[in-house]
Amino acid sequence: MAKETYMMASEFVLNKSRSSELIIPNTKLETDVVAQSIKIESGRQLADIKISSKNLNVYYGDNHVLKNINMSIASNSITAFIGPSGCGKSTYLRVFNRMNDLIDSFNMNGKVEVDGFDIYDKSVETDELRKKIGMVFQKPNPFPKSIYENVAYGLKIQGIKKKSVLDDAVEKSLKQAALWEEVKSDLKKSALALSGGQQQRLCIARTLAVEPSVILMDEPTSALDPIASAKIEDLMTELKDQYTIIVVTHNMQQASRVSDYTAFFYMGDLIEFSDTKSMFLNPKKERTQNYITGRFG
Amino acid sequence: MSRKLTERSIEGGLKLSAVLTIATTLAILYVLISESAVFFKEVSIIEFLTETRWTPLFESKHFGILPLLSGTLLTTFISILVALPIGLTIAVYLSEYARPRFRRSIKPLLEILAAVPTVVYGYFALMTVTPALKMLLPGLSGFNSLSAGIVMGIMIIPLISSLSEDALQSVPKALREASIGMGATKFQTSFKVIVPAALSGIIVSVILAISRAIGETMIVAIAAGQQPRLTLDPTVAIETITTYIVQVSLGDVQHGSVEYQTIFAAGITLFIFTFVLNSVSFWIKKRFKESYE
Repeated sequence: MAKETYMMASEFVLNKSRSSELIIPNTKLETDVVAQSIKIESGRQLADIKISSKNLNVYYGDNHVLKNINMSIASNSITAFIGPSGCGKSTYLRVFNRMNDLIDSFNMNGKVEVDGFDIYDKSVETDELRKKIGMVFQKPNPFPKSIYENVAYGLKIQGIKKKSVLDDAVEKSLKQAALWEEVKSDLKKSALALSGGQQQRLCIARTLAVEPSVILMDEPTSALDPIASAKIEDLMTELKDQYTIIVVTHNMQQASRVSDYTAFFYMGDLIEFSDTKSMFLNPKKERTQNYITGRFG
Repeated sequence: MSRKLTERSIEGGLKLSAVLTIATTLAILYVLISESAVFFKEVSIIEFLTETRWTPLFESKHFGILPLLSGTLLTTFISILVALPIGLTIAVYLSEYARPRFRRSIKPLLEILAAVPTVVYGYFALMTVTPALKMLLPGLSGFNSLSAGIVMGIMIIPLISSLSEDALQSVPKALREASIGMGATKFQTSFKVIVPAALSGIIVSVILAISRAIGETMIVAIAAGQQPRLTLDPTVAIETITTYIVQVSLGDVQHGSVEYQTIFAAGITLFIFTFVLNSVSFWIKKRFKESYE
């Protein structure tokens, strides 16, 4: 079954074109055939896959939390991970920036590639990886520093000291995160004095300042009110031209509103992965159908 | 009915013990103030605060607290110089680097340092540290504030490391994740995010350590000497306020004499210092408690 979902996902990438409708493939191909066909396609098609995992299994101690996940995530798109609590979606998200490494009992096998590079290779520096793959967390977590210091933090730890460079980056990132107009007059103000929604946009700005190519969002609006959530959603849509965004969400409407692709996880399995429209209008699996219509989860 | 009575008597007992504690403190304060009032009838406060000699037990009597104060502050300063960097390093290591199991077993062990009787520390300073320091500094006198200060610093390390570690641990995990998630190393995360976020707690731990060092008696009485001297030189014998109080309390000074009253004046000076420091730490704890929720 996992193999099947992998194929579907890959087919989407293959068939995806920005303007036209996505076509659901109805033919089943062997995995290696899919891989081959990707290679046969032009270079543009190959570049369209930003992140992929092959036969990924994740364990916390004896707990098998992700089971043989095969998935390819298209670049410059928003991919949503949905599923009930404990289904492994957040764990999967944290595989991509190796945040799970911080957990002692974490164990995995399989392959995870970003831009074709194995990010679990021994030569990979996790610090460098995390600069390329930014993360926004469930609860806004600004540092107890000024707004300016929050945004400049990522650059400062990279050794950038020049004030003009930092000033420009702070302004640019805050503008990108649609927060500049609200805070430009008082960048020295403590970030903790901002509202929850502003704090979350500040956290996005802080992530953008490091210029990652992927942004992982772990339920970024679950602690926010509807208006603040809507602002974050608009922001995500704007950002996808330049970034690949993966968002974990419990909010079905949010997934259907903002994402291009949706993956449904259940008990550590990737049940279904397809473009969002067909997932919500015409789910292939009964479990998916039950979940998105609110019958369980 | 009888049940209600039991409840009431329990409540009364609890209240009584609380009142008793406060009453004891007030009684001590009363004795300190009333006895030092007798002293300040004989000696003006201005002389007490500005005179640079402290010789109440000599023929020509001078009552300037400054030499005792400088002795106290000098040993305290040296001890903080030793305890702050070591204590903070230990705290950061335990909180950010050590595995939880290791932390749980090492913390009580560290706190043993604070459980060593201070008289043992005093002899350690006099018999071991001073001779060792003499090899480096041949001019060091047998009693000196350097050795007493260093050993006192060792004694207060667990005070700083333990309280600072608590402060570091109370920084939300989300801040660590935010920093690590941006590509910061563990070291950068520790010193650029976690330590600044826990700063108020760390400052409180240092203030309490200072307060402890100022009031410390045995180590300085044994190893720092009994020569009131207004100096910043750590290699010579000095006398701290606490040492002086011990000296007079144990000596054959007649009760009720001005010489005897001096210990209350010295005592109230000490009390004011520790009281102010404790109040400041209490204030910082309340004022700068970061609210992340």
